[in-house]
Amino acid sequence: MEHQAHAKLGAGPTAVFECLQRIPCNPCADACPRGAITVKEINDCPTLDVDRCNGCGICMTHCPGLSIFVVDLQYSPEAALVKIPYEFSPLPVQDEQVDALNRQGDYVGDARVIRVQKSSNKTHIIWLAVPKELAMEVRNLRLRKEPFHD
Amino acid sequence: MRITDHPILEFTNKTKVLFVFNGQPIEGVAGEPIAAALHAAGVKVLRHSHAHHRPRGLFCAIGNCSSCLMIVDGIPNVRVCVEPLRAGMSVETQAGKGKII
Amino acid sequence: MMEIELLVIGAGPAGLMAALHAAEAGAGVLLIERSDRLGGQLIKQTHKFFGSKAEYAGERGIDIAAKLIDACEKTKTITIWKNTPVLGIYPDGVVTALHQEKFCTIKPAKVIVATGAAEKTMAFPNNDLPGIYGAGAVQTLMNVHGVLPAKRILMVGAGNIGVIVAYQLLQAGVEVAGVVEASPQVGGYHVHAAKLQRHGVPIYTSHSVKAAHGDPFLEGVTICKLDKDWQPIAGSDQYIEVDGLCLAVGLSPLTELLWQAGCDMKYVAELGGYVPVRNGNLQTTEEHIFVAGDVSGVEEASAAMVEGKLAGMYIAALLGYQTANYEPELQLAREQLAALRSGPAGEKIRNGLSKVLCREVG
Repeated sequence: MEHQAHAKLGAGPTAVFECLQRIPCNPCADACPRGAITVKEINDCPTLDVDRCNGCGICMTHCPGLSIFVVDLQYSPEAALVKIPYEFSPLPVQDEQVDALNRQGDYVGDARVIRVQKSSNKTHIIWLAVPKELAMEVRNLRLRKEPFHD
Repeated sequence: MRITDHPILEFTNKTKVLFVFNGQPIEGVAGEPIAAALHAAGVKVLRHSHAHHRPRGLFCAIGNCSSCLMIVDGIPNVRVCVEPLRAGMSVETQAGKGKII
Repeated sequence: MMEIELLVIGAGPAGLMAALHAAEAGAGVLLIERSDRLGGQLIKQTHKFFGSKAEYAGERGIDIAAKLIDACEKTKTITIWKNTPVLGIYPDGVVTALHQEKFCTIKPAKVIVATGAAEKTMAFPNNDLPGIYGAGAVQTLMNVHGVLPAKRILMVGAGNIGVIVAYQLLQAGVEVAGVVEASPQVGGYHVHAAKLQRHGVPIYTSHSVKAAHGDPFLEGVTICKLDKDWQPIAGSDQYIEVDGLCLAVGLSPLTELLWQAGCDMKYVAELGGYVPVRNGNLQTTEEHIFVAGDVSGVEEASAAMVEGKLAGMYIAALLGYQTANYEPELQLAREQLAALRSGPAGEKIRNGLSKVLCREVG
């Protein structure tokens, strides 16, 4: 799968659009406070101006398809940051270790929850630290059965 | 089974009432469709078809398909997917077409 | 007999928008709904809608429903009758209904039929077992009443309804054993399917249900693989243990009232079955009867809302309530509809509409 953000990955957090089918939808373009997202005709796939995108993730909460992620390869020397839209309950908590899953739902490694960013529209954003080589693989998470979820 | 924890929805109506299903007392939520209360209690067979006596359950849940006809307070052919539950109701599995008179 | 300028039958996305826009322009509206809640299927849609801002894109169906219902209830010129099945439309224009347990008659100047659609089922042995539901029923149980339909469910149909409801099942805590789809591709939006796949839900394309099993309720389903001619492949049977089977195999328009009213009807497979012949303003061949939403052809709720708006505004103008911005707003609604249907995802709808749209009525 090709992603238009590849060019800039390496220079800070950037949105990655996995929206590859022409469907009538454009809320991401309206959501971006920096005008970085363009959907010219409503059925077009979004295009991202990577220089304007700062990876804030506001578009992620608006996307009906939950198809936008944010990736930051420079998060730390060892780890990349992947922000994942999450609409399940319970939510993970900060510093929790979770299973990192790929696009097929398979376990590909371990991830640490850096932050749980709650959204008023209930598409919450989970910030995961993942091994760098998995930055373009990890697209979901699975909680481990731990007692501190009530 | 009822949903206790949902990421998007909250289920606020929790007024419990008792009703009677085939002679047994069952608890449900006031005002919900009878079929929802029965499902929450694990009851899936609502009637038996008139020709082949096959078990039938809920199918459309909007009062459209007639799969869920039951006897409610003695009245047959009640669509329990859209009939609100009230305390003390008597709900019975219906066999065939039901006795109208 | 109650006289009213506009009668709207059905308070789903199309009916609510029609009532609102006609009333906003100045028309007196009676909005009739057969169930005890307004909102139609919107009140079960926990997912965010596609489309553009004008169709509330990015907002959840349940939140859109709350907005539209609130607006209708606050509009004094809209009379709302819930729990009221419409019984008939007569040649003299009289409409009959059962309201508060009484038979009553209504004489509207114009009618918008926005009755929606009903779910289709499919033929296989034991398809009547308890535990086999329409996708809408599953949504009603879990999203309106908070009751789980089953512990483990197999979904049939990978159109938008199938993939969306499967995801909603996961959110409610139900295990989804898979999605079975007879065609070689997922018909729903790929982003919806991707949400399921990253939760590990298998999508069995080119598969169908062979039989359901269980007594007295569902305990499992046999699925099989289909060849390129959609015929079952011998030896490909696979048994899946589930206590729920959810059918999302399409909808057919609820057109009884239109037939009764004598509207010209046409079978258009792309639109879900028999639909009324109508013009671009949603006017049927019975001049005073209009349609909006799924009853005129099964489509996304976004399109239903715009159709409702368009029909509502147009009828208000016919009744003499032409607002200052009428022409540009009507034009905007037409453009909105055209945009929603313009891409590859709208091809089926465009084909369907080309068979049933007429320029002139009567």
